[in-house]
Amino acid sequence: MSSPELKCLTPEMVAEIEALAPRYPDRRALVLPALHLVQKALRHVPLDAVVDVANVLGYPPAEVQDTLTFYQFFHQEKPHGTVRAFVCRSVSCALRGGDDLLEKLCSQYGIEPYGTTDDGSVTIEPAECLGACDFAPCVLANDDLLKNLDPAAAAAAIEAVKVRADQRSSAAAAAAPRVTEDA
Amino acid sequence: MPPFEPVLLEAIGTPESHTLASYRSRGGYAPFEKLLAEKQPTEVIELVKSAGLRGRGGAGFPTGVKWGFLPKDHPGPIYLCVNADESEPGTFNNRILMEDDPHQVIEGTMISSYATRATTAYIYLRYEYPQAWDRLQAAIDEAYAAGLLGKNIKGSDFSLDIYLHRGAAAYICGEETGLIESIEGKRAWPRIKPPFPAIEGVFRKPTVVNNVETMACVSQIARRGPEWFRSIGVPADPENPRDPGSYGPKLYCLSGHVEKPGCYEAPLGITLRQLVDEYGGGVWKGRKAKAAIPGGISMGLMTEAEFDTPLDFKGPGTVGCMGLGTAAVVVIDETVSIVDFLHNSCRFFAHESCGQCTPCREGTSWNLRILERIRAGKGRLKDLEILLENGNAMGMMPGSTICGLADGAAWPIKNAINKFRDEFEDYIKRTNPEGWMVTDPVPALQIVGAH
Ligand code: FES
Repeated sequence: MSSPELKCLTPEMVAEIEALAPRYPDRRALVLPALHLVQKALRHVPLDAVVDVANVLGYPPAEVQDTLTFYQFFHQEKPHGTVRAFVCRSVSCALRGGDDLLEKLCSQYGIEPYGTTDDGSVTIEPAECLGACDFAPCVLANDDLLKNLDPAAAAAAIEAVKVRADQRSSAAAAAAPRVTEDA
Repeated sequence: MPPFEPVLLEAIGTPESHTLASYRSRGGYAPFEKLLAEKQPTEVIELVKSAGLRGRGGAGFPTGVKWGFLPKDHPGPIYLCVNADESEPGTFNNRILMEDDPHQVIEGTMISSYATRATTAYIYLRYEYPQAWDRLQAAIDEAYAAGLLGKNIKGSDFSLDIYLHRGAAAYICGEETGLIESIEGKRAWPRIKPPFPAIEGVFRKPTVVNNVETMACVSQIARRGPEWFRSIGVPADPENPRDPGSYGPKLYCLSGHVEKPGCYEAPLGITLRQLVDEYGGGVWKGRKAKAAIPGGISMGLMTEAEFDTPLDFKGPGTVGCMGLGTAAVVVIDETVSIVDFLHNSCRFFAHESCGQCTPCREGTSWNLRILERIRAGKGRLKDLEILLENGNAMGMMPGSTICGLADGAAWPIKNAINKFRDEFEDYIKRTNPEGWMVTDPVPALQIVGAH
């Protein structure tokens, strides 16, 4: 296969995707893993990345985009915050103050639901049941499940996640040379 | 605490319960090795059939029978998909199993793969479970290192690979053919059946889709025997040859307005009241319950007067609920407005409808808009009729949709209005004294202000 010029994906990302290929009899099954990879690295999946993924997999970009738009999970227009906080609004959390929690968090950060703070640090998204109803109301902030959240304490809990995320990204930046975006 | 000794949850809370060493020390993987050495795959299917195991994911279909639908002598490959897309509101037992005892799930996956002759198993895990992802991946790595996965396991001619596949926050991926489409890299639009996955599933090959808790049950049946499994739960009704019974232990998820929310293991058939009182420490704050969801939000509502219903595969149906579902019990106390509850339910389904079938896509969003209008003080008694009409028209049961999501969306509406009609009428009359009796079409939705 001729390898077309890639705009977003680094050779390392392509290698990571290719490493998964033997798991599936059809390369199209790599669409979700590839989109996850991109979103993790760039915090969104811009159209250029969709074209890249399509080229790597050998599928038309329209089909990759078709899949992407189905899953609201993937951001396309702009990156989500360094902390992406899913605030559960389903029944068990709602019964224990989930709606309140969402409202408080949004007003504390001065954003609407699904919005991101101006400094790009925090995105708040309403979510359906996080499968942690025993800890209602709860928030999934990056990989941290914040349990039994009191609205008054919620922002502090998210700040703690932010500190960890910042530490991780500065450690990663120190370890690896930055990939230039206009390559 | 009631006398039932947990089995599926036996290790939960013990140190290092997620490791291979802990699982081995409890007798884990020895049953798999023994079956592999001594039994043919068909004998393993018979073993699971004889235990009377019914799928734990929601539909309650007998697991061994499902396996039996696979074509005989198929050249392969055959796939097993483990449904770990647990997203039914109120449900979290799979999360606990995967986080704290992943090997129990993996062993069940191995035994099930051996029985079905699957050589690749995909565990489709919802995105929202990062810790379960790490624990499962670590467990899979340990299993490979121990020679329990890979080529020619333990010198047999059976080979198996298990891969994790990550979802992307879509409820519909829990529907088995939606899950299959999603693994294939497409929108998770459920397929028209037949063909059923057993004939044509993922990558157009014969496929079995089983729930995480079902896998754990398979491990325990292999370890303790089918007689042990059948000694727990509610036996089949001898008068009804089509009743497969409700055997085995079950993981009940208890949340909402109880003192001690949590995942509790009890024999199938415990009543909702026992669960709340004996395990959940009763309704919180000394209040009374108004209602409860018996098995995830799709199953509808039980009123407090119905709390003595047994939570087996048959019980919830006897009081007008759709079924046992995921056995996720959510208790709603007397202070909650049933209008608010139904609004929450309608919002969920409007958000999660996959958009493929018009009655579901349009129906769920209209139901939500009507509920928003009612909550904005613009409701009319006629709206209740419209909601019921929608509820009766959408779903697989009325034959208007491809999958059961719409049935699940409709059930809470039907149950809430039929069981709490007075409360709805009072609410509407109180909040819309001028207009509650209007029957002409009225402008809906956005005009009332979406927030
Ligand atoms: S309802 Fe919020 S985690 Fe389940």
